[in-house]
Amino acid sequence: MAVSAAPAGAAGEEQHAWLRFLAAAWSWLFLLLLLVFFESWAQAAYGISFVFNRLNVQSIAMFAAVPLLLGLGQTFVIIAGGIDLSVGFVMGLAAVIMARVMQMLTGLPPGLALAAGLGAAFLISLVPGTINGLLIARLRVPAFIGTLGMYGVARGAGFLAADGTTVPVNNPWLFEMGNARLLGVPLPVVITIAVVLALHYVLSQTRFGQYTYAIGGNRMAALRSGINVRRHTMTIYLISAGCAGIAGMIYTARFSAGAAQAGEPLLLDSIAAVVIGGASLFGGSGTIIGTVIGALIIAVIQYGIVFIDVEPFWQFVAVGVVIIVSVLVDQSRSRLKGEIKDEV
Amino acid sequence: MRSEPVSDGPLLEARGLSKRFGGVQALQQVSFRLRAGEVLALAGDNGAGKSTLIKCISGVHHPDEGEILYQGRPVRLDNPREAREIGIETIYQDLALADNLDVGANVFLGREPATRRFGILPAIDRRRMRDAAHEVLKTLEIEIPPSKLTLPVRTLSGGQRQAVAIGRAIYWQASVLIMDEPTAALGVPEQRKVRELILRLKEQAVGVIFISHNLVDIFAVADRILVLRRGRAAGERRTPETDHDEIVKLMVGAESAAA
Repeated sequence: MAVSAAPAGAAGEEQHAWLRFLAAAWSWLFLLLLLVFFESWAQAAYGISFVFNRLNVQSIAMFAAVPLLLGLGQTFVIIAGGIDLSVGFVMGLAAVIMARVMQMLTGLPPGLALAAGLGAAFLISLVPGTINGLLIARLRVPAFIGTLGMYGVARGAGFLAADGTTVPVNNPWLFEMGNARLLGVPLPVVITIAVVLALHYVLSQTRFGQYTYAIGGNRMAALRSGINVRRHTMTIYLISAGCAGIAGMIYTARFSAGAAQAGEPLLLDSIAAVVIGGASLFGGSGTIIGTVIGALIIAVIQYGIVFIDVEPFWQFVAVGVVIIVSVLVDQSRSRLKGEIKDEV
Repeated sequence: MRSEPVSDGPLLEARGLSKRFGGVQALQQVSFRLRAGEVLALAGDNGAGKSTLIKCISGVHHPDEGEILYQGRPVRLDNPREAREIGIETIYQDLALADNLDVGANVFLGREPATRRFGILPAIDRRRMRDAAHEVLKTLEIEIPPSKLTLPVRTLSGGQRQAVAIGRAIYWQASVLIMDEPTAALGVPEQRKVRELILRLKEQAVGVIFISHNLVDIFAVADRILVLRRGRAAGERRTPETDHDEIVKLMVGAESAAA
């Protein structure tokens, strides 16, 4: 005799088929809906297009790029069941250190100074990443607390390194990096796309990605399967900090200046992008593509609301509502799949 | 990789295992033998040392004293991976499954088959994982609908999940399978199915050690019963030569049973 599934009602299956599709694709649909909404508003009110407008598309892509970079690292962290609250100020710290180093090397050829600045930004971002990893993986400090501590430390270190102000840099190569275009696409967007592709591959195709899901799904199972959970967790926080470092580089390049508060408002956007993208804050689920869609939804709302000349503060309300709705959709999706059994 | 079991000799033998945690003597001089195709049940009250014993055999704990022989040779198991490499697989009570991953991913967790994408990039071979998982479940005569093979295992029933955990061990050619309360979280029909699975493992010459509180389970599948009490072996019986009463007496201790 065989162990078989309880026969599922075929009618129920069909009934849920389109609901299931809706649940799986809702963030895409929602993005589409937003674009339609802003498009019709722009057409009706100003007789211009919102979507088929080169400037708008570029601006939205630029708007989305930096919070998305933070969100990409955050995706790994959240899937593994953690959270990284320090990303915003790690980004700021990297931006300041990069600007400081380049300031000191002003005499050097600009390319060399830029390379040194990028190297310094990357290396400095690995310091908080390593400490986060050690705290959480080795000393088993809860991720929320460990990275909250690092939030403060990186914030203070950033402001100290910047003497409490912004650090301007005058370097033509740096300006190019932040403002040049490749085939019409701003360079920061190109860099972000490259990081998206690399991390999407790692998360969806490799053992590293598989173990990230396994750790978030059942840490004990991962341990018992012989997965080196400690080392893996360390690496995840390094990835998150590395992404924040790249975000800091782009900030400094964009504005030819480093600022400790560069990433301050972006922490919540990064977490929101991951959650809107379908990840669970309890770990075990989420995708890079989802996070990209999440970041685009936030950017479209932020940019669109300004574009249609609505009071800009509505963007916070809108993004907040989207976060809540996305969690509700995620829960109903889990119920549909029978993944949540309303147990006490 | 793994040699055939020595004919007739025990597949796995524990000699005088002792383990102490601080002031608690969790295990004291416990010995047993397990042959291929044999089912040994570990019975005993809470805290009798059943879990400590299986953790020593599965490489989670290192015993303070005593030795473990696998196919007649002494082995040192410093971690679960080493135990698994010689063919001792353990299925824990709370199931060592990642609920958010599908059947194939769970069967291969920690040992994913590798392939190359675009000829160069390393990747895991999901199709092979799914196909192999399907195969191994078929050999155990477990039916999981193909549509469910790619869904997270949390969508499966308790018995199906238990079957995935067993399938995982079988796929990796476990010669000794340790099961901690395999039926504890299951409904009655599913308990019966897990018992059938254990008997099928026996047919495939796997040595099974299982912990249970449930004497019905024990008597249904075990060849021998080792009763532990306060870290010591209170007695070992062949199933046909004993009954519930005797086992219960061994579990609670003769003096308190007499009182």
